[in-house]
Amino acid sequence: MASSLRRCNLGLILSRFQSISGRSSNGGTRLRRLSTAMISEERVSPYSEGAGNKSINLFSAINQALHIALETDSRAYVFGEDVGFGGVFRCTTGLSDRFGKQRVFNTPLCEQGIVGFAVGLAAMGNRAIAEIQFADYIFPAFDQIVNEAAKFRYRSGNQFNCGGLTIRAPYGAVGHGGHYHSQSPEAFFCHVPGIKVVIPRSPQQAKGLLLSSIRDPNPVVFFEPKWLYRLAVEEVPENDYMLPLSEAEVIREGSDITLVGWGAQLSVMEQACVEAEKDGISCELIDLKTLIPWDKEKIESSVNKTGRLLVSHEAPITGGFGAEISASITERCFLRLEAPVARVCGLDTPFPLVFEPFYLPTKNKILDAIKSTVNY
Amino acid sequence: MAIWLSRSKKIAHLLKPKIAYFPQPKIAPSEFSYKIYENHVNSSSFGTLSGENIRSPHVFLDNSATMSALNRQWRRTESTRAGEQVETVPYSDDNYEDENQALDFPGGRVSFTHEMKFISEAADKRIPCYRVLSDDGYPIAGSRFEQVDKETAVKMYKSMVTLQIMDNIFYEAQRQGRISFYLTSTGEEAINIATAAALTSDDVILPQYREPGILLWRGFTLQEFANQCFGNSADYGKGKQMPIHYGSNKHNFFTISSPIATQLPQAAGVAYSLKMDKKEACVVAFTGDGGTSEGDFHAGLNFAAVMDAPVLFICRNNGWAISTPISEQFRSDGVVVKGQAYGIRSIRVDGNDALAVYNTIRAAREMVIHEQKPVLVEALSYRVGHHSTSDDSTKYRPVDEIEHWKTARNPLARFRKWVHKNGWWTDDEESELRGSIRKQLLNAIQVAEKMEKPVLAEMFSDVYDDLPSNLHEQEKSLRETIKRHRQDYPTDVPV
Ligand SMILES: Cc1ncc(C[n+]2csc(CCOP(=O)(O)OP(=O)(O)O)c2C)c(N)n1
Ligand SMILES: [Mg+2]
Repeated sequence: MASSLRRCNLGLILSRFQSISGRSSNGGTRLRRLSTAMISEERVSPYSEGAGNKSINLFSAINQALHIALETDSRAYVFGEDVGFGGVFRCTTGLSDRFGKQRVFNTPLCEQGIVGFAVGLAAMGNRAIAEIQFADYIFPAFDQIVNEAAKFRYRSGNQFNCGGLTIRAPYGAVGHGGHYHSQSPEAFFCHVPGIKVVIPRSPQQAKGLLLSSIRDPNPVVFFEPKWLYRLAVEEVPENDYMLPLSEAEVIREGSDITLVGWGAQLSVMEQACVEAEKDGISCELIDLKTLIPWDKEKIESSVNKTGRLLVSHEAPITGGFGAEISASITERCFLRLEAPVARVCGLDTPFPLVFEPFYLPTKNKILDAIKSTVNY
Repeated sequence: MAIWLSRSKKIAHLLKPKIAYFPQPKIAPSEFSYKIYENHVNSSSFGTLSGENIRSPHVFLDNSATMSALNRQWRRTESTRAGEQVETVPYSDDNYEDENQALDFPGGRVSFTHEMKFISEAADKRIPCYRVLSDDGYPIAGSRFEQVDKETAVKMYKSMVTLQIMDNIFYEAQRQGRISFYLTSTGEEAINIATAAALTSDDVILPQYREPGILLWRGFTLQEFANQCFGNSADYGKGKQMPIHYGSNKHNFFTISSPIATQLPQAAGVAYSLKMDKKEACVVAFTGDGGTSEGDFHAGLNFAAVMDAPVLFICRNNGWAISTPISEQFRSDGVVVKGQAYGIRSIRVDGNDALAVYNTIRAAREMVIHEQKPVLVEALSYRVGHHSTSDDSTKYRPVDEIEHWKTARNPLARFRKWVHKNGWWTDDEESELRGSIRKQLLNAIQVAEKMEKPVLAEMFSDVYDDLPSNLHEQEKSLRETIKRHRQDYPTDVPV
């Protein structure tokens, strides 16, 4: 059918937010995304060995982390819009039955209220794990995050802090989200000293990084790649484990060019690396994981090895966090760089529904940029 | 148009209906007295109404009696300290001059009291809900309402049916994967259509998202709805937004934006402009019950009140905000009581009674425009459908609650009974209408689906009035990429 073909090509639509894997389009977009799980399956990481590993998807990994956080700290709370019945992405399923409505609850529809409440709760020594339903709706809480959470410790000379605060929010493209269910607002928060920004790329990472974020003595904004909630599946240890913040990870070693990214974009970059390899280009792929404070040293040493850098993110290129990485690495590795730092990012438009496939930093855009950087 | 004083045909209709799910707020403990709150001391705003401005004054004019009752209540003596009796004299014009009895304070004199009284968190009775038609479609005894002529009534009914069928068919289209998302107004057809009918086309609508009936009433065609949902080249939004984010300048309907409640402070600004331009029109701003929790709701109401902006705020209280019931949204007696705190006249109406909504909105609109100040309407209804196609509401609410509202409280059924009884509508007309709307919709969907998507250049247009150099550059580079990798891109978007 012509119409269904058209839909597939668009990589749009078809899936509901809650059943991304079940009904996702079979177009290029889906293939791109599926490989995140593949990457992770290929790699055997130290903490995933042994018994008790089950293949689970990303939202279940988040759910496990929240169970553990509530179990291991009686002063931990989970709340947000529609969190009580399990959340619109099912991340909080079963929590309120298990831990009670006083610790896991719905809030009124008010993001500034959610974060303000969370700041206060955290200031009293609790772990406040607040959910913002979509990263696109975090902006009413911007003041509470930027002027309050981020400066709570500093402005009081460390008499007060809200380090127990973690704000979780699904971010990024999903194939059919349009303006307000697709955005990647991480760069806004990277401009704010006093908070940490963390973005996982897979289920295993999500669980370990979320537990670290919750237990980190600083407020953390934790963006979850919603495209991967159901799509990314990998073995995740059932036990309580944490992955270090502010530590980037080389997830693919190479010698000709360094690629840096985070979250869902890594799987797209991974595919570009695989293809570049066929052309004899050896790519080193790094997952930044924590955007601030970020692991400059690891990127620097990789670029000192390869002499080239490419950064990729879904957010608009102008003022994106790629710009910061590019500037810092240029400062540090100026004499070693053999080509300008390449950025393959979202375009400088609002996130468009029908034009999403054109807007996104696709595998081939990255591949082209790898080639032109290497052949500079 | 005449004002009707209509009589019920059956006594049974006088019985107060039970509203199944609206939770009862706790009654205040008796040691806290709350007379001030309860009796609407601030009656000045009611005093300015003139018959000329109001076509259905019955809705609110009952305050003089309350005022004298209030004064009587206050005239009593009480003890403040052992052995010492002090007479408390209530605020009244006579003792205005007594510095000891009242505080001259911005906003008007505030009387002193020896009683330490807290205003209660709840009145002992919930604010009643204005209603005209019984569930059986009979005007309730004693209810006063403006007669709706046959033509308007039939148009209202037909529009409600059209909206219902449109929802069903688009919902199905989403299930079949033909559109990416949909959200119905099922259960709220009366609020949609009766509001639209009571306004004029000059009134500017700032919607939330469950009010497509306003557009429908104003002549936005089924094809135009379909074009938006399919994001094709005829969509006024140029395919940039998700389905149901309609907008039409020619219909004075601002484009829908997903972020909740952002339209409410904007409404005050739009209305201020109408005011400065001395327009015989108002702004109608919608919110859901959930939306009233956002800071923007409070900002919007307060700005409209302070700026004397002609905004008619309509809250569709449908009991739910996705999975969150109103009992977890607010502890007040719903939304209607919030108006007074901002100095905004307010009313609660049965949102499933098309005649009541129609009358309420007409009266409210008159006030808003002729007194140049905001009014808040809370329409009680129920979200009969799932929140959207991304939701399964049986996960969080009982099926029989949904069923109750779908059947016993169905707004279409109620209004239909009334038009039917008036002899304005027959079963034959009904089935003919349904058949024809269905056909039109299926056709509209086919046309919309076949139509090309907007051209690629539209992706870059409208970010600003003009293309800045960064976008020029990005467009150029994108076009080169497309040439190299045509297979990566959808073929139905002309490049
Ligand atoms: C700022 C913001 N936060 C959260 C959301 C997600 N969201 C979309 S609709 C909705 C519930 C709205 O409920 P209500 O205002 O009662 O309207 P209804 O859907 O019942 O018509 C929520 C939480 C949003 N769109 N915007
Ligand atoms: Mg609602």
